[in-house]
Parts: sequence; C-alpha cells; structure tokens
Amino acid sequence: MFKHETIETHAGWLIVLTLLAIGVGGLVEIVPLYMIESTIEKVDGVRPYTPLEQRGRDLYIREGCYLCHSQMIRPFRDEMMRYGHYSLAAESQYDHPFQWGSKRTGPDLARLGGKYSNEWHVQHMTAPRSVVPESIMPNYPWLLKNKLDISDIADRMRALKMVSVPYSETKAEYDANVSKFGKDVAVMLDINRAQENLIAQAQKGNYDGNKADISEMDALIAYLQVLGTMVDFSKYDEAYFVKFR
Amino acid sequence: MAETSTQAAAQYNYDIVRKFTIMAMVWGVLGMSVGVYIASELAWPFLNFDIPGLTFGRLRPVHTTLVIFGFGGSALFATSYYIVQRTCQVRLYSGAMANFTFWGWQTAITLAIISYFFGYTQGREYAEMTWPIDLLITVTWVAYLVIYVQTLRRRSQPHIYVANWFFISFILATALLHIFNNWAMPVNLFSLTSYSYHAGVQDAMIQWWYGHNAVGFFLTAAFLGMMYYFVPKQAGRPVYSYRLSIVHFWALSFMYMWVGTHHLHWTAIPDWTSTLAATFSIMLLMPSWGGMINGIMTLSGAWDKLRTDPIMLFMITALSFYGMSTFEGPLMSLKSVNALSHYTDWTIGHVHSGALGWVAMISFGSIYHMLPRLYDTKLFSLKLVYVHFWLATIGIVLYISALWVAGIGQGLMLRAFDDYGNLAYTFIESVSFLYLPYVVRAIGGLFFVIGAIIMAYNLYMTVRQAKRDQAEIDAKLAAKMA
Repeated sequence: MFKHETIETHAGWLIVLTLLAIGVGGLVEIVPLYMIESTIEKVDGVRPYTPLEQRGRDLYIREGCYLCHSQMIRPFRDEMMRYGHYSLAAESQYDHPFQWGSKRTGPDLARLGGKYSNEWHVQHMTAPRSVVPESIMPNYPWLLKNKLDISDIADRMRALKMVSVPYSETKAEYDANVSKFGKDVAVMLDINRAQENLIAQAQKGNYDGNKADISEMDALIAYLQVLGTMVDFSKYDEAYFVKFR
Repeated sequence: MAETSTQAAAQYNYDIVRKFTIMAMVWGVLGMSVGVYIASELAWPFLNFDIPGLTFGRLRPVHTTLVIFGFGGSALFATSYYIVQRTCQVRLYSGAMANFTFWGWQTAITLAIISYFFGYTQGREYAEMTWPIDLLITVTWVAYLVIYVQTLRRRSQPHIYVANWFFISFILATALLHIFNNWAMPVNLFSLTSYSYHAGVQDAMIQWWYGHNAVGFFLTAAFLGMMYYFVPKQAGRPVYSYRLSIVHFWALSFMYMWVGTHHLHWTAIPDWTSTLAATFSIMLLMPSWGGMINGIMTLSGAWDKLRTDPIMLFMITALSFYGMSTFEGPLMSLKSVNALSHYTDWTIGHVHSGALGWVAMISFGSIYHMLPRLYDTKLFSLKLVYVHFWLATIGIVLYISALWVAGIGQGLMLRAFDDYGNLAYTFIESVSFLYLPYVVRAIGGLFFVIGAIIMAYNLYMTVRQAKRDQAEIDAKLAAKMA
C-alpha cells in the first residue's frame, strides 16, 4: 500500500503529487472558458479600438486608472440606475489586458462614453476638484502638455494582432474586416494606415480643444468617450442576454 | 537538533540568509511607508503634488510590489534557506546560485519600482512588472527551485520536514502562476510595453487565478512553512498534530487554486465559475483553520510563554489573525455578501488583516527568532520587541476597523433608495463619507510602520553588538597568540 511516508521521504514524489494537486483547479476553470461558446455573448457593434483609442487605453494603464476605477457594471438595480446596462463579456473581448478593476475609489467607467462633453473631461482631468469639489482624484495636468507618442503605433497594433485582435495588414485580412465590421470600421483597423488614421481622428474629434497638435489628453478622452458605447442595447430584448449567463 | 551555533555557522550557509533578512527589513520599512503615503493621498489628495510618479495610480504598485515581493519575498527566501538547511542538516546547495537568486530578486524589485515611477506597467494587479523583469524573475525562480530541490536531495535526514512541503508547494505554484499570468506580446524588442495574450473574460479569469493564489501560495502556504519551523522552535515543543499537518497541506494545496474567481462575482464571467469558486472558498475554511489550530495548539502546555516571551506573542497573534482573515475570506466569497463588499474598502481591510496580521507578524516573529542565531548573539532589547508588538497590534486594529466602517458604509450607501425608488446617494457623497475612515486607516498604518522601524533599529543594534563581541574575541585570541 502507498503510504504517506513514501512522499515524506522522496522529494520526487512530493514534487509530482504537489504539481497534480495545484494543477487541477486552474485547468478546470480556465480551459472551458475557451471551449464553451456561450462564454461571450453574440452581439453586434463590438470592434477593436481605433489607433487613437488604443493609445488612450495605453495611457489609462500607464496612469494606473484601473486601481481606482472599475469597468464592470454588475446586474443590480442600483448599478443599472447609476451606470447603465450591466457589462457584457463581449464588450471586453478585445481588451488586452482586461481592465475590469477591483476597487471603486471613483465611480465605474464601463459606460462613461458620451456621458460628459470633451470640455468637461479636459477640465476634470486637469483639475478634478474644479468640477467636483469633494473629489479625491489626482490632477493630471501633464496629459494636456505632453505630446502623444505615435511613433510605434503600427508596432503596437501588430503586437495586438499577434494576440488575435483582428487588425489587418494584408488585403485578405482587410476584406475579412470589411465583411465583419463594415467598411468604415475596417479602414480604421488597417495597420498600414495607422498613423494617418490616428492623426485624422484626433483632428476631427479635437478632444482637447487644441487642433495644433495631438496631446495625450486627445487619446485618453477618445478612449473614455468610446467606453460602453459600442453595443446598441435598444436592438436586444433583455431576455436575450440572460441565456448567456 | 542540538545547537552549537559556532559550528552551525561554519556548517550552514548563513551569509545568504543574513543578506535576504536585511533586505526584507529594508523593503518592508520602505514599502509600508509608501503604503501610509498613498493611504494619506486618499484622505488629502493634495499629496499627489501634480507629480506623475507620486500619484496614487503609480505609487500603489510600488507599495504592493515592495511589501509582497520585496518584504514578503525576501523574508521567504531568508527563512526557507535557513529552514531547509536546519531541517535537512546539510549546507545549502551551491553558494553561487544562492547569490544569484539574491541579486536577481533584488534587481527585479528595484527595476520594478523605478519602472512604475515612470509609468511602465502591465496593468495587472500584483503583476505590474514589465516583461523583461518578468523574465528575470522567471530565471531567478528556476534557480531557487533547483537550489531547494538539490538541498532536499542532499539531506542527512530520512524525512522531509513539513515546513519544506509548504515551501515546495509555494515555489511550484508561484512558477506556474507567474508564467501563465504574464504570458504577453511585447510591442517590440526595445519597448517595455506588452499586451497580454488573453483578453476580456479569459484574461480576468487568469489574472484572478494568479491574484488569489499569490495570496494562497506566496502569502499563505509559504508563511505556513515559516510557521511550522519557527513556532515549535520558539515554543520548544513539537508540532501539535503531524496527521493534521498532512491533511491540511494537501487540502490547502488542492483547494486554493479553485477560488480565484470569487474576485469576479457578478461580473461578465460565466456564473458556473464563480459558483465553483465560492464553493471551494467555503471549503477552504477547513484546511486554513487546520493550519491555525496546529500552530496555536503547539503551544499547549507552554501557554505561560505568552507572558514572558514577546516573540511568541507575535507568532500567536499572527496565527489568530490568520484564523480571523481565513474566516472573513469565505464569508466575503459568498455572492450575497460579495455584492456589497466588492469594489469597496472592506476588501482592502480584509487583505491587510491577512497581510499585516498574519504575513508581517509571523515574519517579524520568525526574524526576531532567527537573527540572533545567525549572528550567534542575543537580541539587543526584548523591551523594544514588546513596544513593536503593541504598536503593530494597535495599528492593525485601527486599520481593519476603519476599513470595515468604510467598506460596509459605502456599500450600504450605494445601494440605498429613497421613498420614490431613486438612488438615495450620489457616488461622490459616499466619497465624502470615507474621509474619516481614511484618516484613521492612515494613522493605523503609521503605527505599524513605526513598529517596523523600531524593529529595524533593534536588529541593527543586535548585529552591531554581535560584531563588537566578535571583534573583542578576535582581539583576545590575537593577544594570546602573540
């Protein structure tokens, strides 16, 4: 009979059995999330970020926004009244890394897009207490002063493509995007046009109110303004999403 | 295990243990101070000073990395290298490799905090280090595993002592978690930025599988290993129940890996995963308390030591906080409780009752026990150990109570409705409510840091005294020879 003493006297047994014991949990919980199709809801509208939005997302991560703001609305009455429809898995399917967060020192941002004007965001980011006196958020004045680094935007999109975000580089990939997302979106996902797309969106959006150059503020606000706006919830019956939960 | 310490010093590699112990204290004091600073930023936001590197978002990873990996990690390297040598009665395998783990680990910590200051982060909680640092950690960790296993294989004892099981489990699990959670694609070879391999739901699952088991293995299993050596040693009694240690070791190793998803209750992750995690979290209470009972009951028949030995006080208080936070944890993992506690400061309070109460207290106790033996001397002042103990305990109690008020209070405010069915409070009203608890929390943290500084002073004086005594002996010897 196998005795526990065998493990206590043989390092090899100890290592092998420990690996077995610690391996199971992760395997059972992680692998099925890739296999079960209903893990991610089937909805229209969710697309990868445009180059400018992606750069804004990079800055969101750089400043550690996720340490005080969540991007995950739970299906409770108070959260729906405060923030809007609960978050879908589909809405973060292109998020590398996910930014659901774990703490709300500030409010949830999952559906921040379109709630406030660009001017409000500029003012709030530069000096939060000038718009919300009780706020404890740090000031971020440098976002307006720093010019956005766009030199490696193509590399960034290529890296994201390597981890399976559908940015396109070849004609075939572009065509696939046209049929999946429509022409307007597909153009924005084209790595070959990354820089010109980024500049065009920043000029057109004029997020920071200064057309002269593209600041970090431009990118961050472009990102914040798209959060939670991709799915048109009026197109779906509430019961539809419950099936996936 | 008879102790003739001069012999021991020659037989064992104590040099590496000393180095890691010193760095544990350096990172500990620094990391806890940063903790107090960012806690103060939440109460007084002007402390962010419009300097990017000083904002809460960039300093928070500095705090967590310094206390978890700098303080906790160095304390674990030190004690595990000490324990594996003492319990196997053999010298540590390869001094050169051991030195490599020291420099590899310290370099990783240093680079990490510098890079956070400049905004280079992966944006994953407790795994913010950029990809080159992750690679350095991987290499260091493999060396650690090799040293540990090779030392075990050279043991002159037939049995592998229970503390070493926990350390092996911790080393293996940490390797597994680190590699899978940090799997990422760098932007290019010269960029510190990378994008995680996984996205959205799957990424969240893997991150919290990592995140909670950083707690489970790094901050629990390994510190149980520490407990299993130092508590019996300090009490001068054998472990209460060998059978209990076997049962709770395997149960703990198996169950912890399932519970990470309780950080994702009510999110877009499929319900089955979070139900599974909650179930295992409840079951985890048993092996957790198995460890606590085994540790505390080791003192049975020697309870009087609590009156005379402040080091024992540290250890027993640590086990009590361990028991308390492993009861609170399963409670918070219930979906209905989590609906209120998640996203609030209750979670932060819970983490600190484990981190300050259990991890730091057991480390303090162990280092107080170990350091005089490393330098073949006596502790400089037992009175200062008492002072440290009370400062730390009062600090923790202030800290946790403040954040219970903060977390539960904010949770209740945010879900309150008025008579017309509207939300009773705006979000910012709940922020204003947090001011007082945040102030008390910062004061609690300050108590804890002052305690740690007193400890550092006590240890410094102990080492200085040991060196002086040694110099005296050397001088006498030299005089005799002449």
